[in-house]
Parts: sequence; C-alpha cells; structure tokens
Amino acid sequence: MQVNDPLSNVLYIDLSKRTFEVKRRDDIFERYLGGTGAAIKLLHEECPEDCDPHGPENPIIFTVGPLTALFPLASKTVAMFKSPHTGNLGESHCGGRSAVAIRMAGYGAIVIKGTSDIPIYISIDNKQVHFRDATTLWGMGSFSSGRVIRENETGAGLRTIMRIGKAGEKLISYASVISETYRHFGRLGLGAVFGSKKLKAVVVSGKSSLPVVDMKQYRKAYNEIYNSAVKSPVMKKYHDLGTPENVLPLNEFGGLPTRNLKEAQFEKAEVISGESLAEHYLGRRLACSNCPVGCIHIAALREPYEDEAYFYKTTMISYDYEPIYALGTMLGMNSAKDYLRLMDRVEAWGIDAMSAGVVLAWATEAQEKGIISEKETLDVKLGWGDVQSYITALRNIIEQPNEFYTALARGIEHTISIYGGEDFALAFGGNEMPGYHTGPGAHIGTLIGTRHSHLDNAGYSFDQKLLAKEEKSPEDLVDILVEEEIWRQILSSLVICFFARGIYSPELVSRLLNITGFDVSEADLDRIGREIYVEKYRFKMREGFKLDDMRIPKRIFETPSPIKQLDEAYIRKALEHVKEILAQEGVFQN
Amino acid sequence: MRLAVLETEKCVGCQLCMFACSRRQNEAGLAKSCIGVKSIGGMERGFSVIVCRACENPPCAKVCPTDALTPREGGGVHVDLEKCIGCGHCREACVIGAIYWDDEINKPMICIHCGFCVNFCPHGVLGMEKKKEIEHASK
Repeated sequence: MQVNDPLSNVLYIDLSKRTFEVKRRDDIFERYLGGTGAAIKLLHEECPEDCDPHGPENPIIFTVGPLTALFPLASKTVAMFKSPHTGNLGESHCGGRSAVAIRMAGYGAIVIKGTSDIPIYISIDNKQVHFRDATTLWGMGSFSSGRVIRENETGAGLRTIMRIGKAGEKLISYASVISETYRHFGRLGLGAVFGSKKLKAVVVSGKSSLPVVDMKQYRKAYNEIYNSAVKSPVMKKYHDLGTPENVLPLNEFGGLPTRNLKEAQFEKAEVISGESLAEHYLGRRLACSNCPVGCIHIAALREPYEDEAYFYKTTMISYDYEPIYALGTMLGMNSAKDYLRLMDRVEAWGIDAMSAGVVLAWATEAQEKGIISEKETLDVKLGWGDVQSYITALRNIIEQPNEFYTALARGIEHTISIYGGEDFALAFGGNEMPGYHTGPGAHIGTLIGTRHSHLDNAGYSFDQKLLAKEEKSPEDLVDILVEEEIWRQILSSLVICFFARGIYSPELVSRLLNITGFDVSEADLDRIGREIYVEKYRFKMREGFKLDDMRIPKRIFETPSPIKQLDEAYIRKALEHVKEILAQEGVFQN
Repeated sequence: MRLAVLETEKCVGCQLCMFACSRRQNEAGLAKSCIGVKSIGGMERGFSVIVCRACENPPCAKVCPTDALTPREGGGVHVDLEKCIGCGHCREACVIGAIYWDDEINKPMICIHCGFCVNFCPHGVLGMEKKKEIEHASK
C-alpha cells in the first residue's frame, strides 16, 4: 500500500478515560487489506477471551477498505464486536455514508473500548475526537436523535451519524445501530454494545485526498466500474425494484417463509411485493456514497390524524426484502400499510427487523399452541396480521415489564431455554433465520456461516441456481459454500457491496488493488480470503462455538422446501465436513 | 454554457458528482471537490446540491480585495491563486455556500463549469445549460 495512505491509521478511543490515540497499523492492512480482515485481526487483539459482551473490555471495531472513497460501490463499513445475542463473533455491515466518512476522516479503522458513566456521543473529524454529553438524547428514537445531532455538529454532506434507539439503550440483544436514517448495522446486537457503553451515537466527518499509484489508470478503472454498474444487467434488479424484487419469485418457488414457516408460500405476497410497494408507496430513492445504483427504496405512508379530519401526516419508511419477509410474511401481514407501520416502529426503536419478526412469529405460534398464555403476554393476543398486537408486543420487548418479555428481549434461543417450543424456534447458530426456505443450501449456509447470515455464503442462491438442477452430496455442497464464503471475505475486506459481486471479479479486484498500491495477485486473494475465514472460526472456537451442538429446528423438515433433499442426516454430514475442513487448517472445537 | 442543477428533487445523494470533480482535477478523495451534496435535514427530505450558479455580476468577485476573482465569460469566476491572499471574504459573500476551501493552501476552490460531473450523474440532476434556460427551469 502507499506510504501516505491514511488507511492504516487506527483510531483507538477509550470511553472510560475519554482519551484517544492514533496508531499506524501497516502490519494489519498490508496483510488483511481492511474491512472484515482487518476487523478480525483487531478483534483477536482487543477482545479478551470470555469477556462480557456488555463489559467495558468488549471492543466496537469499525473498518473500511483500500477502495473506499476511490471506487464506486466500496462503501460498506464492517463492524466487529463480541455479540450479546450469540455470545460469540459479532459482525455486521452497514452502508449509507459511514464508510466514506470514516475514510475521509483519515482512518481505516476505529476501535472503541471502555464504558462511559453518563450517556455520551462522540464526534470524530480529521483532527479530533469530541466527547459530548448525550443525557438529553437518552430515550430518544433514532429519527429524533439523528435530527438533534445533525443540527449540533458540522460536516453536513461529509458525515455519518450512527446512532441507537431505545432498544440499544435497553440492551435488547438484537438492537441495531442506524446510520443515515435508513441503513443499519442490523444483526447480532451492535446496538446493545453501544447501549452498554452508554454510547448514543458516533458521528464521523471529514474530507481528504487519497494517494493512487497511477492517476490515468485510476480514472480509467473508475469509468469501467461506473459503466458496468449503470449499464450491466447484473445490477438491474437492485436498480429497479430493489431487493423486494425477490418476494414474488421466492413465493412462486415455494421458499418464502410464512407464519413462522408453517408454510413456505404467502397467499397475500402480491400485496407486499416490490411491484406493489413501488406502485402504491415508493416516494423516494436514496443511494449510499459513491454508488451509482441507489437501491434504497423509501415508501411515503400518508395517514390521516386519528382524531382530526383533513389533517394528514406523511412518514417516509424504508423497505427491503428481509424486513418484508420478517415483519411481513412471517407475521402473516396482509396489508402493506400495516407492514410499513410496524417497520416504522422497528426503525425508531432501533431493533433488528429480522430477529424481531422471527421472535414475534415464534411467540404467536407459542400462544396458538398454548405454550404461553395471556398471562405471559400481559393480555396481548398475538394474531397473524394483527399489526397492533405486534406493535404492543414489540414495545413490551423493549420495556421488559415481565419475565416473558425479558426473555424475548434476548432472542429465540434464550427464550426456548425457559419456555420450550424449540421445534418451531427458527434460529440458526443463535441468530434468527433469514427469509429463505429454499432448501439445504439456505439452512446449512446460515448454520455454518461465520456470522450465521444468509450473506455469508448465499446458500439460498445455490439452492435456486444449482440444487434445483442437480443433487449434491452434503460434502460437495459444503465445499461450494465455503469457497463462496472465502471469496466474500475478500469482498468484505474491501467493503464492496455484495450487490456488486457480479462486477468485482478477482481479476478486477487484483487490478484495482495494484492501482491503489497493493501488490496482490489473484492467487494472493484466495490465500488471504482463506486466512481471514480461518481466523474468524478460530475466534468462534475460542469463544466456545461447537458445530456438534448446532440445534436444527424440526420445522424446516416439516414444511416442504422446493429442494426436497433436506433431512437432518444430510445436515449433520455437512457439519462434519466443515469440521474436517477446519481441522486441515488447524482449527478445532473445544 | 454553465453547469446547472436541473432538478434537485431527483437527487438520491450518491455524491458521484463530488468524486467526479476530484478526479477531473487528477485527485482522489474529496478534499478538492467544488460541488457538494447534503441532505435537507435528513435523508427522508431529499438533498440540496451546492455548486457555483454562475451569477451575473458575482458577489464573490465584488468583495475580493485583491481582484483575484474575475468573472469568466459564459459564467462563473476565475481564481488567480497568485493574487489571492486567502482572506475568505468571497466565501462569506456567497449566500449558497458554493465557495469551497482548500485547507492545504488556504485558498478558495470554485467550480469552473467544465461539466465533467454531469457525465457521472446517473439521474439527470445535473446538466449543462445556457443561462436563460436555467432560470426558467429552476423552482
């Protein structure tokens, strides 16, 4: 990398002492590029074994990559931490302006440790870290607190405002962090780690110049990527309907989890499809920094005041595939308006839409089956499609007025340890399931993915593109998934949006890295990706992760998926094979 | 011809114009960009695109004590960095905040209306126009 590239500046912040320092860490960025690679290295350094996720020693690590602010679509920030949700590796990615702002402020990584005694927010620019009293902001929703900070701080247009809502403050283990109003570090509870540190928000702003090896080559390569992104068919779906384009095809395929996966098709899918939302509600489009696609879809929900005629309010609410699945089909929501109302609350309170939806779906079925009663739910009668019952229950999850809601606030895995109902508790590796019941690829993918996310290895995609055509042995399937996950370590070390994976080939990535001063070949990329993958599993095993202990909810076998080749023996064989792969790399479960 | 913000409401906030402006100057990053995009009090309300409007009789040039800023033919101003003393009066005189600042040399950076950024606006927010047409188009 270039000697004057600010990428290897790591900003270390201590909230307990209210101090900060900057260290050059060429060693990390030369070896792991940035993003997820740099983050796992920093996590190994900064996160003590068995530490309390809510303790001052749990680090919050933000990283960006060498291509950020240089090339289009390399605008994700990786967050790493010990997850309060799973008690293990926490990793979440967010777009918006976060990555470009961090890079332009002159950093490749920010490490936040310690705990503040009073609520604070921190404001980071090219020179300084300011610690500001956030007492007045505590208890505020994510929209309002963003508004206040926006007015208070400089750097408009060049900044990110990453903040939590009430869920983070109340330590809901799947609380999110929200940036730029509509983008999220959604999964695995970064919001609760913020809350445990009394950290309401992190503002980062800056502008700087970046070095490149060859300006002419740089400009040429930029044009090449820009043209691919604007003209090529590989990004068209994100450009047009956005991620909700998936709703109808998945429904038709029979892989759209519905009513806690009692079914895999939703009779009202049309109502909350990308097509229908675009036609009736789409009010604005937004883009992350340096993204020519602009996949962010915002609905305009116009509603009358409840008690006053001819008065209306219009709320702008973002929608995407996964929230439509979790808060829509999983809850049997048969009106787009109701889905948007629930989404708006999820956004304001700052809770992971996916986990929240799956938790509520489990609770609905548990009440249906009589495992819990209205004594536990405090008279709330949860009903498929009954948005008011879900909003009330969600508020209770955040306020935790009794033991039941306190349990739900820690997710499904924890709740079933008290109340039972594990057969229909749809969490994998402790993380609530994503919106795919497509076949073995989807479920094995989330089980073995390092962060138990559908984006780890895109198993759902292999179900539809590969397994729909030919059978694969569990071993072959795992090999395919692991190879995909290894390549994705490179993409997320360069913080390239996965939606642009069709453009960023290994050949292009290696060429771009050369332009930015990294001497990295395609073969090197494979080696680095593998190393990062192994380092993540090393961390997971260190914290007690066991492939042998993976709970597989029976529900996924009861409800037929489009790819029939799905049973427990198949999955167990797949897990065994992951152990073999890791053993070859010297990584073993305890 | 001058650069014009044709339809701010169409802006999605991608900031590609800002990065384009840097590249046009053989720069990478945002330090030298002469155009800015910021939200109007939050992303939900949309954006404003801030760049030199090529005023007739530009106030920035009028307040320059060293005559470093001179109106350009076709709109905009020319900055003579030799003459500029970095006083910042021009920046204060521009009510839309379109005078950006080069912190490295402590001098103004102002759009030269080259139109390079227009090629990288995927949504038709920016365009090149003759002066008269723009005044009719603006809201």
